Amino acid sequence: MKDALRNLERLFEQGRLSRRLFLKGTAALGISATLGPAMMPGQANADTPKRGGRLRLGLNGGATSDTLDPGIQLAMMPQTLVYGTLANSLVEIDTNRQPVPELAESWESTPDAKKWIFKLRKGVEFHNGKTMDADDVIYSLNWHRKKDTKSAAKPLVESIVSMKKENKYTLVFEMESGNADFPYTLSDYHLVIGPKDTDLAKGVFTGAYVIKDFEPGVRAFCTRNANYFKSDRGWFDEVEILGINDVNARTNALKTGQIDVMNRCDLKTVHLFKRMPGIQVMRQDGFKHFTFAMRTDTAPYDNNDVRLALKYAVDREQLVKTILRGYGRVGNDHPISVANRYFASELPQRQYDPDKAKFHLKKAGLSGTTFKFHAAEAAFKGAVDAGVLYKEQATKAGITIDVVREPNDGYWSNVWMKKPWCAVFWSGRSTEDMMFSTAYAKGVSWNDTYWDHTRFNELLVTARAELDEKKRRDMYVEMQRIVRDEGGVVVPMFSADLAAASDKIEHGKLGANAELDGFRAPERWWFKS
Amino acid sequence: MELPKLNGIAALALKRIGLGLVTLWVISVLIFVGVEALPGDLAEAVLGQSATPETVEAFRKELKLDMPPHVRYFSWLGAFVKGDFGNSLANNRPVVDLINWRFANSLFLAGVTAMIAVPVAVLLGILAALYRNTLFDRLISMATLSTISFPEFFVAYILIALLSVQVVIFPSIANINDQMNFWQKLYAIFLPCLTLAMVVTAHMMRQTRAAIINILSSPFIEMANLKGLRRLRVVVRHAFPNALSPVINVIALNLAYLVVGVVIVEVVFVYPGLGQLLVDSVSKRDIPVVQASGLIFAATYVLLNLLADVLSIVSNPRLRNPR
Repeated sequence: MKDALRNLERLFEQGRLSRRLFLKGTAALGISATLGPAMMPGQANADTPKRGGRLRLGLNGGATSDTLDPGIQLAMMPQTLVYGTLANSLVEIDTNRQPVPELAESWESTPDAKKWIFKLRKGVEFHNGKTMDADDVIYSLNWHRKKDTKSAAKPLVESIVSMKKENKYTLVFEMESGNADFPYTLSDYHLVIGPKDTDLAKGVFTGAYVIKDFEPGVRAFCTRNANYFKSDRGWFDEVEILGINDVNARTNALKTGQIDVMNRCDLKTVHLFKRMPGIQVMRQDGFKHFTFAMRTDTAPYDNNDVRLALKYAVDREQLVKTILRGYGRVGNDHPISVANRYFASELPQRQYDPDKAKFHLKKAGLSGTTFKFHAAEAAFKGAVDAGVLYKEQATKAGITIDVVREPNDGYWSNVWMKKPWCAVFWSGRSTEDMMFSTAYAKGVSWNDTYWDHTRFNELLVTARAELDEKKRRDMYVEMQRIVRDEGGVVVPMFSADLAAASDKIEHGKLGANAELDGFRAPERWWFKS
Repeated sequence: MELPKLNGIAALALKRIGLGLVTLWVISVLIFVGVEALPGDLAEAVLGQSATPETVEAFRKELKLDMPPHVRYFSWLGAFVKGDFGNSLANNRPVVDLINWRFANSLFLAGVTAMIAVPVAVLLGILAALYRNTLFDRLISMATLSTISFPEFFVAYILIALLSVQVVIFPSIANINDQMNFWQKLYAIFLPCLTLAMVVTAHMMRQTRAAIINILSSPFIEMANLKGLRRLRVVVRHAFPNALSPVINVIALNLAYLVVGVVIVEVVFVYPGLGQLLVDSVSKRDIPVVQASGLIFAATYVLLNLLADVLSIVSNPRLRNPR
């Protein structure tokens, strides 16, 4: 049976088997994939996990202003703490990037994907002892939907028209329009479930660990939840998360054994780190990418020839080699990563071509123009250097780029979406629809290129409601092509995530949907015996 | 020795405390205006890239950021003089809870460092003056000046590389918490302490040396020498007490620096002190926290300066008995 399972897994990973067929296949083998994510392949071959120990994580991205409010989770430390340690969503993204049941037990939709029925898992207890039911789910999702919400996840749940409790463990969602990816939406790290009528910022959830002590930006200490509903997760007795924003401090702390896991290794020294005995370096190629966004409503970027000229004028290979030290992949001027389901591998990679750049600029009649490129380290690490490299590369095409160094402070409110051309960081999204609807659809809040493409916007709505995999894929490929050739972004590179751990830590296949095994290191990993 | 005139000193201290309060008030206005002048507000800073106009609006409304600046300042001041520091705007925790243990940590680190650095610096200063222009004097000067010339983080990284990575003796991060006892804490902060001690020693040591050497050229020292006193006695009993006043002032300045200016060392060693809190709050525009920590820093300076002046007067008979 194991061979048959492995065979299914292989087909599945190669994309020759849809999720639905995979589930059918596993069902035929007598395994229900809803039994729990540990039954999913990828973990099937890993060593038997062992219980015990204190996991100490040293993470960057903690600030003294952090809170446990799931609506305001903006950096690694709170995200790993809330989503990865204390809480669960209805749906989890497994290590094969498929949505699998978590607090939900199963789900189905109407053929137009407009109505979704979620059955909830029974007998799940919150840390305060209350048993979870549909009311808690409604309350928790409304945390982000209510009027005057401060939640950053508001745009995610806006398309829910109504949530109805059918019975204690069944929920019916009515969507504004069809959304085939709705389970993915519910796996978002903001959308965790807490008990009804409580302040969710108190940190009471359903997760594998219970918060004991939280000092924002400094330290969080959690102990194992004895009543955790997953028997095959949450192996550590205690989890301690330390906020260590300085990369050298994190590295030294791991080297000297004061922490077990660190995120975001220093790209400059990671090759030395790899050689150290007792240390494992983990690479995840996820959705994270950097863009150079042009405002397509502002001259001269309203002219597609100008945008093409600038797209041809960048040497992506060199940027990946220099800025990311090779820990990344070149981008193809659209935001869809190889880790996404419908990545258009058939689309030719755009190459550095000074002649074509020159041609398009001439066609636009703008030869000799100076383009101001605004960047700061706050956009992403190395953004200013990337700008300077780009400037040099563009010179060969006769294009003059003036790199304007902006202050880090207030970059996202004063430069991004204000200046006509600037460097942008995107953590990416696990589905094409989320990515495109967040930043490329007409009129959405974060459409930083102010782009409005009729065909693209039509496809976006159609593809969202399409349940046929083949048709869906074709549409998403076309959309990637449109963004690549007519969009307002240069997407030079996708950045890999590098984390490191002591080799006493054991883990299965790593999830790529977010850093540290999809934020879930505390619940998925364990100590070797 | 005659008794100092306590009345005079008490009057002076009271006057200075009064002036100090005025200084603090001016500083609170400056801080408020400064943070207001920074682009963006808390709502935008906290939400960062994920801000949408509606969520920013909701944030502002809830935190009353939509009120005019002077209204917010005076409502803060009104609460502050009553002893209410308010809540952090970013995570709604009482400012007092954010600050008290961090300030205790900062004082702990500064205190331990001062305990090591001050006696060492003064002693080295005296010795350097005693053996002026010898090889010993030059060696001390060179060593201490080198440590002060390197940036703090560089000294810190070198110490970590030597004492924590090469030879595993001390921990590289000093994240002390309540689960530790006093000795564990002392052990944990050894490296940041050493870093800071190396940085502040030079300043105090040079000042001690210069002040003593300055005194050594006075007629009464010549008299002491002519009497045939031993050089050590001349320096320690005759010159040093007269050199105390400038030394005390430099020590006070360095102590203040140890309390308020060590944010880089805090970051390198992941030490939960007040500096990091201030930096985070400024970048998030969390005014109540910025105000409270800024005022604590200012008060530290005011008090230490006052203390230095009082001690200078007490240690100097001429100032003690003004004619």
